[in-house]
Amino acid sequence: MITCKDFLRELSDYLDDATDPALRAELERHINECPNCWVICDTTRKTIQVFRGMDLHPLPEKVHQKLMDALARKAQERAQKNGAAGLNQG
Amino acid sequence: MAEKPLQAAREPVSAGEGDLVERAKAGDMEAFAELVRRYERRIYRMARQITQNDEDAEDVLQESFLKAFEHLDSFQGQSKFYTWVTRIAVNESLMKLRKRKSDRTVSLDENIETDEEPIVREIAVWEDTPESKYSQEELRQILDAAISSLKPIFRTVFILRDVEELSTEETAEILGLSIAAVKSRLLRARLQLREKLTRVFRRKGDGIFGFAK
Repeated sequence: MITCKDFLRELSDYLDDATDPALRAELERHINECPNCWVICDTTRKTIQVFRGMDLHPLPEKVHQKLMDALARKAQERAQKNGAAGLNQG
Repeated sequence: MAEKPLQAAREPVSAGEGDLVERAKAGDMEAFAELVRRYERRIYRMARQITQNDEDAEDVLQESFLKAFEHLDSFQGQSKFYTWVTRIAVNESLMKLRKRKSDRTVSLDENIETDEEPIVREIAVWEDTPESKYSQEELRQILDAAISSLKPIFRTVFILRDVEELSTEETAEILGLSIAAVKSRLLRARLQLREKLTRVFRRKGDGIFGFAK
């Protein structure tokens, strides 16, 4: 018999569909009979959904630009170093 | 000869990741730039959420891709390029947190008592579509406040698993944790966030003394 504590322990795996079918069936029987666990399960699922659906911090264009500039400088440094080593150019 | 600016080269690249990595290793900067463009948004978002700070996120983004560029030769290709850069970025983010807060809780190796029972206090159904009651900006603030209240160890696992949608195995690999540790931290993170959000999103008037008529 599944208790509320057992249910809580398995909640993440249940929501991720990572439990074996026998356990899943028992967990489902429990939430159908236990209103508190049903609410906890439902609101935890919604918690995950609300975060998944939001792009909380879109990349600002100027941050993208600075990154590309920094990489270009790095590439140039490397090219110069390689050029100097290979050709010994003055 | 001047190097061609990276951002000017926008030829469509539809190559697979492995091919791009090989080309970048051989010195093709445009291939590396394409890898950056593919993942920079996710890396920035993740760094911003772990550090909770715009400046730190910008630094982490830049340092992570510069390090990846410098050490590309040591990337073996057993994991995905994205997983590899994410690992660098998580470490950089946690370093920022340590510097800023000299916070001893900023450790992923912290020995969490995994047998401790998860805490549930708030049990209430939510409004049908709580998202629609708030503007995007208000909702962003609510979610940000909730996530920033988590300890870094829980926050990081939640971000990788539930925001970036990495698998338990990938998350364990990135954080150097066991599968069991990832699962236990994820459960706690989810339940703590659920608690916070329930206080905001609970359906009004459900209590005995509710005003609903």
